[in-house]
Amino acid sequence: MSTEVLRTKPRRSRLHRREHQVALAFIAIPLIGFLLFTLYPLLYSVYASFTSWNGLAAPKFNGFDNYIKMWNDPYFLKSMWNTLFLMIGIPIGLVLSMALALGLNRRMRGITFFRTVYYIPVISSIAAIAIMWQWAYNGDFGLINQVLDLVGIQGPNWLADKDTVKPALIIMATWKGLGYSMLLYLAALQSVPRYLYEAAALDGAGTWQQFRNITLPMVRPVTFFLVVTSIIGGSQIFIEINIMTPLGGPEFSSASIVWYIWRQAFNNLHMGYASAMSIVLGLIIFIVTVIQFRLNRRNQFSID
Amino acid sequence: MSTSTSLPGPVQAGAPLLDPQGGLPGSPADRRRRANRTPDASGHPLTRTTRYKLGNVLVTIILSLGAIVMLGPLLWTFSTSLKTHDAIFALPPQWIPDPVVWENYLRVWSAGPLLSGIRNSLIVAGTVTVVGSITSSVAAFAFAKMRMPFKNAVFLMLLAGLMIPFPTIMIPQFMVFAEIGWVDTLLPLIVPGLFGNIIMIFFLKQYLENVPDSIIEAAKLDGASYLQIFFRLIFPAIRPAMAAQFILWFMAVWNDYLAPIIYLNTPEKQTLQLVIASFNAQYASQTDYPLIMAASFIALLPVLIVFIIFQRQIIESVALTGGKG
Repeated sequence: MSTEVLRTKPRRSRLHRREHQVALAFIAIPLIGFLLFTLYPLLYSVYASFTSWNGLAAPKFNGFDNYIKMWNDPYFLKSMWNTLFLMIGIPIGLVLSMALALGLNRRMRGITFFRTVYYIPVISSIAAIAIMWQWAYNGDFGLINQVLDLVGIQGPNWLADKDTVKPALIIMATWKGLGYSMLLYLAALQSVPRYLYEAAALDGAGTWQQFRNITLPMVRPVTFFLVVTSIIGGSQIFIEINIMTPLGGPEFSSASIVWYIWRQAFNNLHMGYASAMSIVLGLIIFIVTVIQFRLNRRNQFSID
Repeated sequence: MSTSTSLPGPVQAGAPLLDPQGGLPGSPADRRRRANRTPDASGHPLTRTTRYKLGNVLVTIILSLGAIVMLGPLLWTFSTSLKTHDAIFALPPQWIPDPVVWENYLRVWSAGPLLSGIRNSLIVAGTVTVVGSITSSVAAFAFAKMRMPFKNAVFLMLLAGLMIPFPTIMIPQFMVFAEIGWVDTLLPLIVPGLFGNIIMIFFLKQYLENVPDSIIEAAKLDGASYLQIFFRLIFPAIRPAMAAQFILWFMAVWNDYLAPIIYLNTPEKQTLQLVIASFNAQYASQTDYPLIMAASFIALLPVLIVFIIFQRQIIESVALTGGKG
């Protein structure tokens, strides 16, 4: 009996050790990838942000110079402001996609067709979309102004005017992202149990009350997910800017923060300064995400 | 007619109807009771089903207008790509090109490195997603089904890495690849992807939680190695989830722009997205918009075709996971 125990115990731990080794080997590849291509560059970015570095010579430590320089750099502040301004599109997109999802959640024909059509811009390459919209925003011959002309409005030269370039980018981004949020909202709407609405209707709740008190709270996780991912994505807006306004737009009015980092790093070879700005960007994204998660936890909601 | 269970057939206003929810015949008294239950319906001359149908008509009209807005720019692009140089400046605008010039789609191949762009994009997206999917799924298997100390800590660390934006790490990454002489090659775009994709690992791990441990234990007792278990049991089980993630990832790499623009300078080495962007920069000054639009449309087409073919799987996977790739 005792010998039996003694014999199986080392055998089992040997099996376990073997399992640990194999598991480690399986996990090793993504782990090494993470250490090499994410963690190491991140730590190096932190270090480089405290240096003066042109990418050719070795980085020279210069303390907080880059961070101080940022506060006095009107281009940095402007590009931060522009990036923030462009996020106005996020709530607009959420409201529109919610309305679309409510429309598509009805029992009627053509749902699949509409779902596909609204999703096409989402899968399309943003570079091609930006090129198309640049042409559509052409002041004289673009699609947008041609359509406006039909109703007697003389449209501006969208991308060349500092007052219209940001709305133009917001409209395009909303158009492109609408299908994605719509799809997630639609999936959430379809999983709301019907009996909640039936019970509310019995209690005399109208359509708006049902929407306000059942639908909105039930889709809150999706709203939360969309807000977080939209802010993370929106703060990194680059491709549209790079293609549609290659020089940062009229009076620098469409330059985003990633566009400015990219330009400082790879055109002006201010690698140290660009690293510092990229660290600030990373920190902002981190803080916003943490705040979002906090708020979400506090507003936990459930219907019993 | 599968809808007949949820929707009653055609109803004339005022005729007795079957309540779709309750199934009660609508006597006048019953209808009054219902009208009291839903205050907004009181005094309304139409029955609830008729109103629902009218609502459907209204919603269909609004959604159709929206669909025109969604497709308008794409159709306009296609229309422009078939126009002569003069026709793009015609006033009023031509919605249907006159004459239709298919030559733009021939001209475009010699006007720039479009073909090599497609080839490069295929090489990058193909290699990354094929190899990366295998490494990701093997890792997902280990994370979901195998015992290892600190397994969850490692997984959480990888997940936390998602919060680090690419711009924050792109400068040192570029310097490392510059040091080993990989700038202006496709390698910096390919190699990091070969190590797998934490989003895919995450979703495959979730998916594997539904596979019972007992079949793995049974295979172990039969003396199967872990690799055998993976290829014989796990891989077939996760194939549907993998396929959807694979397509989403492929489209994401295909559409990538920031990493290629940092690493690739020589026109013949650029990926498709960069090629069309330089078409745009180069030919806009000559106002050769038909050519630019033809190139852009060609760049859109592969992903569009993949989407139309796999739209059910793609849409279901996105709706289920929220993963965009």
